[in-house]
This record gives sequence, C-alpha cells and structure tokens, in this order.
Amino acid sequence: MIRKTILPLLALAYSFAAPAQAESGWHLLNMRQGVTEISRRIYDLHMLIFWVCVVIAVIVFAFMIWSLVVFRKSKGAVADTTLVHNTKVEIAWTVVPVLILVAMAVPAARTLVAIEDTRDTGLTIKVTGFQWGWHYDYLDDNVSFYSRLSRDADAARRLMSGVDPNTIPNYLLDVDHPLVVPAGVKVRLLLTGADVIHAWWMPDFGVKKDAIPGFVNEAWFQVDADKTGVYRGQCAELCGRDHAFMPIVVDVKSQEDFNAWLKREQNHG
Amino acid sequence: MVDHAATAHDAHHDHKPHGWRRWVYATNHKDIGTMYLVFAGLMFFVGGAMAMVIRLELFKPGLQFVDPQFFNSMTTMHALLMIFGAVMPAWTGLANWQIPLMVGAPDMALPRLNNFSFWILPFAFTILLSTLFVPGGGPAGGWTLYPPLSLQGGDSFPMVIFAIHLMGASSILGAINVIVTILNMRAPGMGLLRMPLFVWSWLITAYLLIAVMPVLAGAVTMLLTDHFFGTTFFTAAGGGDPVMFQHIFWFFGHPEVYILILPAFGIVSEIIPAFSRKPIFGYETMVYAIASIAFLSFIVWAHHMFTVGMPLAGQLFFMLSTMLIAVPTGVKVFNWSTTMWKGSLTFEPPMLFALAFLFLFSIGGFSGLMLAIVPADFQYQDTYFVVAHFHYVLVPGAIFGIMAGVYYWLPKWTSRMYDQTLAKWHFWLSAIFVNVLFFPQHFLGLAGMPRRIPDYAVQFTDWNMISSIGAFGFGLSQLLFPYIIWKCARAGQPAEARAWDGAHGLEWELPSPLPYHTWETAPSDALIAKGAEH
Repeated sequence: MIRKTILPLLALAYSFAAPAQAESGWHLLNMRQGVTEISRRIYDLHMLIFWVCVVIAVIVFAFMIWSLVVFRKSKGAVADTTLVHNTKVEIAWTVVPVLILVAMAVPAARTLVAIEDTRDTGLTIKVTGFQWGWHYDYLDDNVSFYSRLSRDADAARRLMSGVDPNTIPNYLLDVDHPLVVPAGVKVRLLLTGADVIHAWWMPDFGVKKDAIPGFVNEAWFQVDADKTGVYRGQCAELCGRDHAFMPIVVDVKSQEDFNAWLKREQNHG
Repeated sequence: MVDHAATAHDAHHDHKPHGWRRWVYATNHKDIGTMYLVFAGLMFFVGGAMAMVIRLELFKPGLQFVDPQFFNSMTTMHALLMIFGAVMPAWTGLANWQIPLMVGAPDMALPRLNNFSFWILPFAFTILLSTLFVPGGGPAGGWTLYPPLSLQGGDSFPMVIFAIHLMGASSILGAINVIVTILNMRAPGMGLLRMPLFVWSWLITAYLLIAVMPVLAGAVTMLLTDHFFGTTFFTAAGGGDPVMFQHIFWFFGHPEVYILILPAFGIVSEIIPAFSRKPIFGYETMVYAIASIAFLSFIVWAHHMFTVGMPLAGQLFFMLSTMLIAVPTGVKVFNWSTTMWKGSLTFEPPMLFALAFLFLFSIGGFSGLMLAIVPADFQYQDTYFVVAHFHYVLVPGAIFGIMAGVYYWLPKWTSRMYDQTLAKWHFWLSAIFVNVLFFPQHFLGLAGMPRRIPDYAVQFTDWNMISSIGAFGFGLSQLLFPYIIWKCARAGQPAEARAWDGAHGLEWELPSPLPYHTWETAPSDALIAKGAEH
C-alpha cells in the first residue's frame, strides 16, 4: 500500500517544495573547515585520508575495469588457468597497505593527542543535555540558563503544521538562548546528561562529545580571535522523540563584548 | 490414526511429505533452506517498506506524514528486520541449501535442530512486529538499544528483548548445525583446504555467531533486569554505567557486522572465478584473510563509540586495530581483481551482482577507513556519513551478495533457468538507484546532518530529495526479484546440470532436477578433485 501511494505523494511533495526553497544546498558536499585550529586539523586529516582513498580507488578500479574491458570472452579472451598464486605480489599488496596505514596513523595520532590536551583552559561551562534542550552553567560566574529550539521553528515543525520551513530563518538551527563564549579563549566544557545520553556537536569547532547521565565528560575549543559570530550545530545522539529538535547555537563574541554580556546576565540573574 | 500415518511414513524411507507437513515437519536441508530464503525475502520487503516511510518523511523538511516517535520506531524496526530478519536468515538459507551440496553431505548434520532453528523465527518476528500495535508503539531507541533511552520504552520493551532472545537462539542453533555439518559431514576426500570458499566463509561466520550472540543476549537481559527487577547495571545512580552497555553491545555488534558480510565474501569468491573461467587467485590467502578479519572483529568494537570519552590510549588502540582491518580486506579485493585478470569474462546476472559488490563494497570500505581516523570520526560520528558508509557495505555488500548467490544457484535449485534479461534489468535498476540513494548521504553527513532525525534544516533539502528518489526507485526495482524467481520456478526453461559453463564445485556435479536427497553416497575423490580444480 505504501508503494502505491508513493508516486502521487512524490509529485505532490515536489510541487510545493521546489518553488519555495530559499537557497539551494547542492554545493554542500564536504566537511567544513571550521574556526578552530583543531577543526582545521581535522579537516586536513579528512582531506588527506580522502585523497589517499581516491588514489587507491583509482588504481584498483582501473585495474578491475581494465580486466572487464580486455579479458571478455566475447572479445575472444582465453583464460590463463595457471595464474592462481604469486607470493611476491601477495606480500607486496599486504605490506604496502600497512605502510600507507602507518603513514596515516601518525598525523591522526598527533591530532588526537592535541584534542585530548585539556590543560590551561580559561573558562569552564557545564553543559547538561536533557529531553529536549541544553542547559549551560558558567561555573565560575554564577550565570546559567536553558537553551531550547526557537519558538517559530518549534511551531513550524509540528506534524502538518502548514508552515513552510523555508520561511523560518535557521530552521531547526536556532535557539532562544545561545551559549555565549569569548573568541581566542580556550573554553572547557563539562558535559553530562540529565536523563538519557545526548551528544554536543559543534561542527565548526570540531567538537562532538557525549553527554552521559551520571558521568562528566570533558571537551574544549578555542575559536580564533578574529572569528566572532554565530555557529550552529545539533544533538548528535538519538535521545528520544524530539532528538531532531534540540539545536546548539554558540555566539562567539570578542572578549570585551563577552565581558559586557556576562555582566548583564549576572545583573539579570 | 497418527500412529498409522507414522507407520506408513516409515515404510517409504524416501517418501517426501506433502502439503503443510512437508514444511512444518521439514527436516530436509533443501526445504528448510527454501523456507529461510522465503522468510528472509518477506522480512526484506517489510523492512524495505519501513525504509520507504523514512525516506518519504525525509523527502522535504517539515513533518508531513509521521510523528517523530513513529519515525524513530521505523528506523529501529527497519534495522532489526533487515539485520536479523532479512540478511541473517538469507545467509542461513543459502547455507542450508548449499553446504551439504558443496561438501558432499546428504543433509545438514542435525535436521530436527534445523527445523527448530527455522521455526523459531516466525514467532520472533511476529512478536517484534506486533510491538507496533502495543501501547507506546514499537521500539524507538535505535536498534542499538542504548540505555537509558531504551529503558524508556513502553510495552514494546520486554517484547523486543524476548524477540531478540529468540532470534539469538535461532542463530546459535543454525550456527551449531553449520559447524557440525562442515566439520563432520564432509566427503572423506575433502580436506579443509579443499573446501569451497563459501563453505569456509560460513564456517568462520558460524564461530562468530556462537561467540557473540550470547553476548547480545547477556546485554539485553541486563537491560531487562534494569527495567523490571531493580538492578542498575547501566544506571549511574546505582553504581552502573550506561557506557558499559555500549561496550558489551559493540563487542557483539562488530563481529555481527562481519556475520552479515563474510558469507557474501564467500559467494563472490565462488562467482567471480566461475564467470572468469579461471580459479580463484590466492585461495589460501583468501581463507587466511577471512580468518584475520574474523579475529580483528573482536578487538575493534569501540570504534563505534569514539565520542563517549575514552582514555587517549584506548582511542589510539581502537583506531589502529580498526585500520588494520583494511589489510586483509584489501588482500581479498586484490585477489578478486586478479582472478579476473587474464580470465575469459562473461556478464550473466550473478557476475553483474558480484562485480557491483566488488566496486561498491570497496567504496564502503574506503569510507570505513576514513571513519577509523578518530579525529575525523568526531565529525563523522552519528551523521549521515555513517549511514552512507554502512548502507554501502550492507546493501551492495551483503544484499547484492545474497542476490548474486540466488541468481547463481537458482538454476540448480529449480532445475530451470530464470529470465536473464529481466534479471539484468533488476541488476541495473538496483545498481543505479542504490547509488542515487546512498551516495548523496555522504554529502549530507559531511555537511552536518545528524542521523536518526525525522526533520532537518532546509539546506539539506536537495540531497535528501535525491536520496529519497533513489530509495523509491530502489524499493520498486526489488519487486522484480520475487517475480523473476516465481516465474523461473513455475515456467522457466530447463537448465543444464552445470547451469554456468565456468561453474565448478560438487553442487554442479549433481543432476538437475536435484533429487530430494543428494550425496547419499559420498562423492569420489576424483569428483572432489574435479570440483576443487576450478
């Protein structure tokens, strides 16, 4: 029954989806470089392993395609049934991949060591994931607040709400109270979960860490001093019904603006 | 009356039971193999229909068709059905049909156990599917059942766990049968290193099953006691640890991934030589490669959970061990490729599916290698990049492997040839749509779309639409598969005993149509040598 209903639904869905679209997403093909040294190192690793795979793929696939084209029975190819074993070749294609892997593992391990270096942080924020939103607590500054999906997106995302998501700015990627941090400072996150496991993911920072109830996880990021702005991410661990609706927004301000913001929040609090 | 029937039965030793008794009381490996395969096909279409619901909802942003909770139960059930209901029973079905034929045994070693292990499955999946109708709906915490989320499940929770126990019992019994058959029932002349590679791959798979299904059973039983009997294995408040579940689950889960794929390696290793008219290149290294992959599968589990916050040394260990898997897997791909080198190739449907396996499984292997790099994994984890990766290894990997096997041996099973033109249509539609379906998911994941979400930010619309169109095309194309098989079984042209001129192995030495009981006398050494020479 589902199959029978698909085609008309497809046509229907496409008819009202296509024209309303604000900007196309065809260009979104790759990982972003992000705004921290770690996120750029991750991007470089990603591109390195990607190109290693591409080169291997080209060689291996060319070899396969060559066989498929040249050794066809229809072209009169006769099988060489003596070709069953070649120790030298077999050793070579065992050892060469090992060397490539070692060459890959070295920069990966270096980056990993850098990611795990949580010393010398300037600001500590406790992040608690809950069903379904985030709570941020600036441990040394007596500031804390909840951060939930923005109201307009929350209305539009209801089943058959009739609201076109394309009319909502930053649909599903906007919150009522973003996390605010200073640029150029090493910010430490202490992550935990209130109910189930969530994961705090900020692609532009190269940070993804699980927020686990009963345990505290540690992560950090340091946004380049000149990269102030608003950055968006989402929960990355299935956490129940509204897992898709607990975005993460970080407003990165200059140190002065951050101090002013902190003072305002403390006065309000 | 029952006694009377039984006596009459005994009088005709070679008598084939008719009607429903043939299937319910089945002890013949061919009948049980057929039941496994039909059951797997049924679950493939039910699980596929759920995938269609998922792709329909993801066709455009906003929620148009289903509630998020129902969406989550669709992703959860789709995975459970495809893994435990479609792929695993399909492999057991192929094992039932082929292993006795290929090792020169009259039947599986334990025929009644065989009957039992099959007939558990319909009950297990009736329970699993019925959870969609209980209060709270089906399981919606993902097939990985991570606590504490899975503990929030409604009435479906204990039902799912019971169903998993049943599936596990069925798998273990099936695996025992395969091991005993292979080790004890081989024809006297068939040494271990003369066994066909499909048999080797299943022997190793069966050991993996016996090793890890009890681990899954233990993990879900602990969930059950946490939920109902006040234990706190996975609850921090009582001294437990939710991450411990993930370690136990993936200690099962990673070997499970190879349980799904190793028999496909075996099938491809049968088909590529047959249609290259040339023996497999590096037979022994193929065996060692499967064994190495099986061993490594036990020491890489934590690569599924790099973001839980492991010690640096742990992350490094699991990164390196995971990267190592590329070595034996690479050896296999090189050996398959070299088997075609200087061959005499033709492209019948089994070969086409095997070739698509070779190319597309390799793509899944490459993305797997990328995922092993821990820092990069922090960006890939739980995104559509992962979804693309494991569907590349499971759909054009495991599923195409099953289809290749069915198209290869169907003429032997039915003694009829299927419509090869239609089968080529099935192949090309599947091969094209599977890429339209899954390739754009790499882009979505890299651009930042998390997995297991029913709704997404609008910039992901375009590639999601393409992916959904691919899904609908792929789903519809699969309807050809049962039609081709049905048409072949009913009205196919008679096939020769050696249906493919390049096919070697004991199964092709048997007459067509196959007698109900085969190899009642073990094949001679000469026949085994002929089969093994390729």
